[in-house]
Amino acid sequence: MIYPILWMVASSLKPNYEILGDTAASLIPSTFVWSNYTDGWEGFGRYGFDTFFKNSLIITSLVVIGTLMSASIVAYGFARLQFPLKKTLFVCLMGTIMLPVQVILVPQYILFHNLNWVNTFLPLIVPAFLGGAPFFIFLLIQFIRGIPKELDEAATVDGCSTIGIYWRIILPLLQPALVTVAIFSFMWTFDDFLSPLIYLNKPELQTVALGIRNYMDAESGTNWGPILAMSTLSLLPQFILFAFFQKYLVQGVATTGLK
Amino acid sequence: MNNASLPAPKQKDKIIIEDPQARKRRMKKYLTAYAIISPWLIGFLAFIVGPMLASLYLSFTSYDLLSGAEWIGVQNYVQLFTNDPRFINAIKVTLVFVMLSVPLKLAFALFLAFLFNTGRKGSSIFTTVYYIPSIIGGSVAIAVVWRRMFGSDGAINAFLERFGVEPVSWVMHPDHALSVLILLIIWQFGSPMIIFLAGLRQIPSDLYEAASVDGAGALRQFTHITIPMLTPVIFFNLVMQTIGSFMTFTQVYLITEGGPMERTNLIAVYIYRTAFEFLKMGYASAMAWVVLLIIAVITLLLFLSAKYWVHYEAEGGR
Repeated sequence: MIYPILWMVASSLKPNYEILGDTAASLIPSTFVWSNYTDGWEGFGRYGFDTFFKNSLIITSLVVIGTLMSASIVAYGFARLQFPLKKTLFVCLMGTIMLPVQVILVPQYILFHNLNWVNTFLPLIVPAFLGGAPFFIFLLIQFIRGIPKELDEAATVDGCSTIGIYWRIILPLLQPALVTVAIFSFMWTFDDFLSPLIYLNKPELQTVALGIRNYMDAESGTNWGPILAMSTLSLLPQFILFAFFQKYLVQGVATTGLK
Repeated sequence: MNNASLPAPKQKDKIIIEDPQARKRRMKKYLTAYAIISPWLIGFLAFIVGPMLASLYLSFTSYDLLSGAEWIGVQNYVQLFTNDPRFINAIKVTLVFVMLSVPLKLAFALFLAFLFNTGRKGSSIFTTVYYIPSIIGGSVAIAVVWRRMFGSDGAINAFLERFGVEPVSWVMHPDHALSVLILLIIWQFGSPMIIFLAGLRQIPSDLYEAASVDGAGALRQFTHITIPMLTPVIFFNLVMQTIGSFMTFTQVYLITEGGPMERTNLIAVYIYRTAFEFLKMGYASAMAWVVLLIIAVITLLLFLSAKYWVHYEAEGGR
């Protein structure tokens, strides 16, 4: 089950000829070619993976911050406050979770094109600040529903405002859920391929995912070692997060399926 | 004390005249609530509703981003169904892909969830190990690995050759390329498995106790308690996986690039190419709307069918 992952790590240290042919399946390189990593890091064009990692980290961390802020406050609104059209808007929210991205891809591109946002990080970042991840809003609504309402009521009696309840009561109690959201959001954004592919055409703006793909297009057949080395590196943040936070991840996934 | 804190009189057939101050307070409450959900509301209008309407309009135009959109009526739709074999093929391939990958993935997830639910030692380690592919399966890195492993001189053939199997170019062979992608989808069974496991653990144990008192064997308990109690979770996974699988893009785009002979030209890839490589944005919008309708119909059918096989614990429950 994890053979493909082990294979990737092993092959990233193999000489190119061992990745292909009879020796392809083996998980132990005959010689350890560490230079795959240094060669790969340099990339193939003017920009290396130092640039790509930097771009990916900037985009990902801003998206995570935006998602945490917008998703938590919107979830609070839906879980605790009363307002006209709430049911309708909630149905809209749930609908967008299931909405296939391809339907809005073209007009969104045109919108960002007209705003002159193509070839900037903005199309990838701004939506996150505007509740662009309805799945996380839904996840947090589920968590907030689990927080006893008596706490809110007690705070109201003590003179706490609506925002005050969010800030002083909900947010601190929501911390484990926010960790879950942060990790998922990080992993998905870091992995994302489609949006960078559409919006980032300049090599100096490209993300790790895009960098690997272009590397594969440019040099596959001759240079699999360095390509696989960079693939391994690109999954490193995921593995680290998984090692430390697997409990949050498993709980988060389990919660989504059970209302 | 003003009388605003008194409960409003509830009388039928009489117009209730509200205290203006209470009204003002209620309005303020609503405004605060709207301010609080406004980040999502703005995003929803600007990035979802607006683009959807624009997309609907564009689907009736010819538009290539460089010159203005030109209204051509239903011509795009007519073209799609009468004069675009690539589109019909893409829909067919996508349906086959969804109908094979989703049931197999869920069956696998369900089977392993049962296995791990027996609570043997170490099963939690297995759960987490099996969950890893779900997390990284959509990444470019795994697409690279898949493409290389299933290549004609890749690891899979090197392994199969030991058993005397003739090497096949899995990724490039018209009959096998789709299977390679389906295998990658099934490989990511971890997250539905975890949802199944959580569902299994929620089944109250007294149900089983009562059943065994009544003399029901393991098989009867399974078919009469476990499966019915699990149907809401099965339904949730089925809906989410079907929609997700319908729009598979990255892996197809990177591993088979839609080929060979368009056998893996899934609709998401075809829409992308039409819009961003051929720059036929109006045509791509029409395509996207047809696909949205197909997905909506499938989802609706799933929801309608739920009445007959999904058991919710209490009627009228949440």
